[in-house]
Amino acid sequence: MSALLSSLRSLLLLELVRGMGLTLWSMFTGRRVTVNYPYEKGVLSPRFRGEHALRRYPTGEERCIACKLCEAICPAQAITIEAEPREDGSRRTTRYDIDMTKCIYCGYCQEACPVDAVVQGPNYEFSTETRAELYYDKDKLLDNGDRWEHLIAANIAQDAAYR
Amino acid sequence: MIDLFLTVVWPALKIVLTILAVIVPLILGVAYMTLAERKVIAAAQFRHGPNVVGPFGVLQPWADALKLMFKEVILPAGANKVVFFLAPMLTFALAMLAWAVMPITENFAIADINLGLLYLFAISSLGVYGIIMSGWASNSKYPFLGALRSAAQMVSYEVSMGLIIITVVITVGAGGFNLGNIVEAQRDLWFAVIHFPMFVVFFISALAETNRAPFDLPEGESELVAGYFLEYSSMQFALFFLGEYANILLMSAMTVTLFLGGYLSPVEVWFLGDVWMQPIWFMLKTSFIAFVFLWVRATVPRYRYDQLMRLGWKVFLPLSLFWVVLTSGIIVGFGL
Repeated sequence: MSALLSSLRSLLLLELVRGMGLTLWSMFTGRRVTVNYPYEKGVLSPRFRGEHALRRYPTGEERCIACKLCEAICPAQAITIEAEPREDGSRRTTRYDIDMTKCIYCGYCQEACPVDAVVQGPNYEFSTETRAELYYDKDKLLDNGDRWEHLIAANIAQDAAYR
Repeated sequence: MIDLFLTVVWPALKIVLTILAVIVPLILGVAYMTLAERKVIAAAQFRHGPNVVGPFGVLQPWADALKLMFKEVILPAGANKVVFFLAPMLTFALAMLAWAVMPITENFAIADINLGLLYLFAISSLGVYGIIMSGWASNSKYPFLGALRSAAQMVSYEVSMGLIIITVVITVGAGGFNLGNIVEAQRDLWFAVIHFPMFVVFFISALAETNRAPFDLPEGESELVAGYFLEYSSMQFALFFLGEYANILLMSAMTVTLFLGGYLSPVEVWFLGDVWMQPIWFMLKTSFIAFVFLWVRATVPRYRYDQLMRLGWKVFLPLSLFWVVLTSGIIVGFGL
């Protein structure tokens, strides 16, 4: 009897018809789970690890003290730092390069940084047409810092309670 | 001079214009079929689908066509040049050719021939040559496997399709191979009502015949990358693509003609049954069946190859054979 019923069920395509009904229903719900990407964007967590930036103090002095902790911890060895004392005696970098093609966006550099100088900002739209443009130098990174400072600072403030 | 114009040029021009009147809307329909597919599947999956080129993405097919035209034509190193370039043309040309006999109103078909149904069946079966040729001429393993699968599949499902066609023909009776007669025989009752199981089997066979989901093994992305047109680019690819969608429309039109009363209006009220409404009914019904093609693709996962063969030979063939015997038994027994 059950064999008869099951063969009848498959002959009448009942499951197929139910599936078709489901997709038809979903076609007319008008629900959309995707966003019109370039015009609409998803919400980012304050911890989002995007493009790197080097921050400055409000005085305009760069934060980085060339301790090279980020360079040491970087698992992809994407960071290259050279440093020497400046004229006023403070220790600063003369060179701070991040090879964005090597970077794996693990966020260890910003965790290692004792002065919150190197951070990964909320920007993820930095694709380039050439490889060379992805070898970021200090100027580029400081420029990123200036450009994104308001968002980076807001994100750090928001996340501070959990650290 | 006038004489020459009247006897040679004008008739020839008239034929060309008649053909264009069918082919141009058809090609437009095929182009928009690609958009419809993307939109329908997107809707079923809660996505937006193409919506950037023009309002609601209605200019997307033109953008796609332009893109394909400007692509480079690539000839694989080991390919057979002649067959390689012939295959997409053949596929596309055959998909267009079949429309010659399609009755679009009660007094218009490009060629109203008495064996129209056989012609249609023959042309749609020839479609497998384009696929076999492309698979073989590409000299590449995935297209070859895809072409083999496609050939086996199309041959298997044509058997039951042929039996279903016989059912329809014996129901119509005398002159049953003329598509116009088939449609006229459905004036009182559509064959989709009398032969409902065969209507379903025919539609499913049409899915297999056009290599559509859930029978799209010849182009199964996960195993054969793209199947038989893997090595094609540019307009050659576009011809295959258009040919595939033209075949879908053709199969939809064939289903409509055989089972859904072709150009006939479902209701004979007001102006709806007029002759000038007939092409519109034909288009609406064809679009609906074409929509079901897309709807099925949005719903059903791909068959395994042995399941496909089992369905074709062990389910559809006995079923359609049984229906032929039943139909002819009833017709003979009751002297209809």
